[in-house]
Amino acid sequence: MENLLLQGLNGLASASSLFLVASGLTVIFGVTRIVNFAHGSLYMLGAYLAFSIVAHLPRGHLGFWGGIVLAALAVGAIGALLEVLLLRRIYRAPELFQLLATFGVVLVVQDVALLVWGAQDLLGPRAPGLRGSVELLGLRFPLYELVLIGIGPVVLGLLLLLFKRTRWGTLVRAATQDREMVGALGVNQRWLFTSVFFLGSALAGLAGALQLPRESVNLHMDLATITEVFVVVVVGGLGSLPGAALAALLIGELHAFGILVFPKITLVLVFLVMAVVLVIRPRGLFGRAQVAQAAVASVAEPVLGRAPPALKWLGFAALLVAVVAPPFLAGDYALIVLTDMAIAVLFAASLHFIMGPGGMASFGHAAYFGIGAYGAALLTKWFAAPMLPALLAAPFCAGVAGVLFGFFCVRLSGVYSAMLTLAFAQIAWSVAFQWVEITGGDNGVLGVWPDPWATKLNFYWLALGCSVVGTLALRRIALSPFGYALRAQRDNTLRAEAIGINAFGMRWVAFVLAAGFAGVAGGLFAFAKGSVFPTALDIPRSVDALLMVLLGGVQTLAGPVLGALAFTGLHEQLVRATDYWRLVLGAVILLLVLAFPQGLAGAVRRWWEGRRHA
Amino acid sequence: MHRFTLEAQGIQKSFGGVRAVDQVSFGVRAGEMLALIGPNGAGKSTCFNLLNGHLRPDGGRVKLLGQDITGLAPRKVWKRGVGRTFQITATFGSMTVRENVQLALQSHRGELGRLWTPSWRLRGGQADTLLERVGLAGQARRPCSVLAYGDLKRVELAIALANNPRLLLMDEPTAGMAPQERVGLMALVAEVARERGMSVLFTEHDMDVVFSHADRVLVLDRGRLIAEGTPDEVRANALVQEVYLGSGFEPEPEAEASAC
Amino acid sequence: MLSVRGLSAHYGRAHILDDVGFEVPAGQVVVLLGRNGAGKSTTLKAVMGMVRPTAGQVLLEGRDLVGREAYQIARAGLGYVPEERRIFAELTVRENLSVGRRPPVPGLRPWDEARLYGLFPALGAMQDRPGGRMSGGEQQMLSIARTLMGNPRLLLLDEPSEGLAPVVVQRMAQAVRQLKAEGLSILLAEQNLYFAHAVADRAVIIEQGRIRWEGGMVELLNDESTYQQYLSL
Repeated sequence: MENLLLQGLNGLASASSLFLVASGLTVIFGVTRIVNFAHGSLYMLGAYLAFSIVAHLPRGHLGFWGGIVLAALAVGAIGALLEVLLLRRIYRAPELFQLLATFGVVLVVQDVALLVWGAQDLLGPRAPGLRGSVELLGLRFPLYELVLIGIGPVVLGLLLLLFKRTRWGTLVRAATQDREMVGALGVNQRWLFTSVFFLGSALAGLAGALQLPRESVNLHMDLATITEVFVVVVVGGLGSLPGAALAALLIGELHAFGILVFPKITLVLVFLVMAVVLVIRPRGLFGRAQVAQAAVASVAEPVLGRAPPALKWLGFAALLVAVVAPPFLAGDYALIVLTDMAIAVLFAASLHFIMGPGGMASFGHAAYFGIGAYGAALLTKWFAAPMLPALLAAPFCAGVAGVLFGFFCVRLSGVYSAMLTLAFAQIAWSVAFQWVEITGGDNGVLGVWPDPWATKLNFYWLALGCSVVGTLALRRIALSPFGYALRAQRDNTLRAEAIGINAFGMRWVAFVLAAGFAGVAGGLFAFAKGSVFPTALDIPRSVDALLMVLLGGVQTLAGPVLGALAFTGLHEQLVRATDYWRLVLGAVILLLVLAFPQGLAGAVRRWWEGRRHA
Repeated sequence: MHRFTLEAQGIQKSFGGVRAVDQVSFGVRAGEMLALIGPNGAGKSTCFNLLNGHLRPDGGRVKLLGQDITGLAPRKVWKRGVGRTFQITATFGSMTVRENVQLALQSHRGELGRLWTPSWRLRGGQADTLLERVGLAGQARRPCSVLAYGDLKRVELAIALANNPRLLLMDEPTAGMAPQERVGLMALVAEVARERGMSVLFTEHDMDVVFSHADRVLVLDRGRLIAEGTPDEVRANALVQEVYLGSGFEPEPEAEASAC
Repeated sequence: MLSVRGLSAHYGRAHILDDVGFEVPAGQVVVLLGRNGAGKSTTLKAVMGMVRPTAGQVLLEGRDLVGREAYQIARAGLGYVPEERRIFAELTVRENLSVGRRPPVPGLRPWDEARLYGLFPALGAMQDRPGGRMSGGEQQMLSIARTLMGNPRLLLLDEPSEGLAPVVVQRMAQAVRQLKAEGLSILLAEQNLYFAHAVADRAVIIEQGRIRWEGGMVELLNDESTYQQYLSL
């Protein structure tokens, strides 16, 4: 009983912090429609900056609280700068491109923090005057946690007042619905957006700074927080402050009590709740149907056509080189990289199939890659299956997961659907991580070696063959009546239904197909590495796939191939060349997003067509 | 032979306690052009959505050629033989004009489950025939996203005709078109309807279009059917004049009274 | 008042406005006539800075507005009422109006809520209703009222009669005439000839992005050949 009460209060304290971060994200999303992946990084910066500022200020109340406030303001300023320098230029870019850009920021901030503050965890000072604890119903409860519990509702109240009672708030709510119209009525919407970004970022910074007395400051705070906050914001309903508050409460308490009740599946629990909420309420608890943003000109996706013959021949030539050249390469390293590339191409092509023709975003495509990998690896480990049957089982396992997860994911649309894919991927990851008896948990499944005939070179040819056949098959399906029907429901669902197309069915089948092909890639991956770890299905791997597709461009069938090659090559070179590869990769992503908002393949095609017309 | 292609029997629908469509009954006769008019918010769109399956009525029945289709999903209503055009033109922007029509034809023939046959091999000739019928043969290979508005309306018509519908539902077919284009489109619709013995039910705000193309007119106000008859009968109806048609523009440009 | 000269705009490679020029004299209503896609809306948007012209001038009392942001152009005295009305659906009538509010302009009788409710009594009866729960006609009135809150000297009205019942269109015409009587200059894009006839002093016919005819409204109705060529049924 006492334990329960203590856990309940603990839950309230974390709910309060969660709400602060989530409120910032949800406010920013409401106005700019940008899902800001870097919001967790702002939170982390808040903590680091508070650490440094408080250390330089005189001790005492003023020093501590002044430091916290200064850190929050500084993070707000960083957020505003981010808006002015980066996001302002890509408001009209596709949603996922904006996401990609903010992920670039995540990478950059990670390495900047590493450069400035080092890799070791930092322990901040305790809050002056709040070091002790109070007695509540015979229990000792830390005073600082109580203060935290109070801050959440106060901030919620202030924000609601700000939005309902001030002209600024009215303007922001109007801009949420139609930014261009607000501009046409004489409001300088740029400053409106920048100020919203300042507010949202400052809230994230404040939340981060307030963690100082509670936990150590470290470099993992950003991604750990952002996934949690995504869950809160999505469960609450994107753009809804009361929703964020309620969801923060739910998730905070779930964490606190989950440890008591289901210690084995704590990690799954949060995402399971999110999945259940989204299945019952597809727009979250308080979410409303998104008002169509009239301001963003919806540029029709281009007609899928054949590539110009010259580019086609170039592709064939490259493929020929890829088949013929490897025996002459010296050393295994090149073969390993080439194998990785072949696998990455298939993985990216499978994601592209649901993103491009299907029009669905997936944040959790690694789930099917990883399930394929684990499927093959576990068959080998527990049933001593030879390589080929294990490889055949991989797409089957992934496909079954696709049938199950896809059934829920394809019912939703846009960001909500993407978040549900993330939730299922996290569930799959948690199972791999926590079901130690079967999967080996963090230690992974080892000893997944290819059959003796499959030397490095033979295995490369096998991987290349699967990759080429798989990618071409996906292309053929995209150009079949099914593929057209799939695009039809993406272009205009109402119209598609009105000519007898079952949009749900089309999306579901596409999802399962994509999962199956990702599973093939995963199976190959398991044998290429000889082992499988939970990282095979974690968020960074899903993001890798997204990066490949978006770098290459969603609109062309060649996009994912180019994107996968470029990304794998770049990544490989960077990791070898520098410890700060994230910084460079992030910067490259930002540059690419700013320079080629249509992706690499789109840029190549436009350059090509422009040259022909000139 | 059924007397009515489509029959609405006492259909009703409420939103948050407000009756948007209240006990409305009417029939669309075989081969006729029937117009549905009324003030904004009278329930025309809701009524349409009850017929095409987008909304499920709270009460009443919808019958197509005597068969009950109440509450069927839009794609099932389509499969029973109801074509549809949208108020804001809805085509598939990432496809060419021909591919748009081809897809509708493939869907009608149940070919959408084919994953391996290239789409361009199926129904191309039939698509061209339909496009020729609506006067778009020359535009077949252009992407829908670059077409002029009036041409998009024709693409929509061709798509809607792909399943040989018995009934065509057109929601404000001429909205956003210039006067001369409006007449051209509606004349085409009337011609096609006559050729195929197809009935057409349409909503419209342009009275010139209504009175020159409709065989009969239904008038809806606040969810209720307030008048039904030939264009002349409806035009002469005092109640319709009061709630909808008005008394024409005032001759004196310097009107003193405040508007509304 | 407003003088548009040599205005051109492109969308990709396509010319959507080609050397468009016309005048809106102070206190008059000028109607842009033309079919859908002829360039009416684009002309209004280009004047308002919402479409970037590639060439030309938009002079408001001699000051060139080209290259400025929409909000700056609004502040310079232009009020824009979009075709789709673009009401803030989740804001109430009163809040919608408050978004449009700008400081009074010297020499102009300032608009406030009371005065607007006088012009559109229907709005006065639903001040706390969210914009999304209004009928098309009511939204059109609100859209005009919201723009008037900015005390514009010239009003750009994009197809105010579109999709409205005849009886509502007639009321809308009365409102436009009243605005004109109060000294507002108005540039109107329309397809409804009855409406245009009822309110406009001058007409400009645009087709495929070019001006084909310009003159008085009465003149147009008497010009049999022009009428036949561009506007006849």
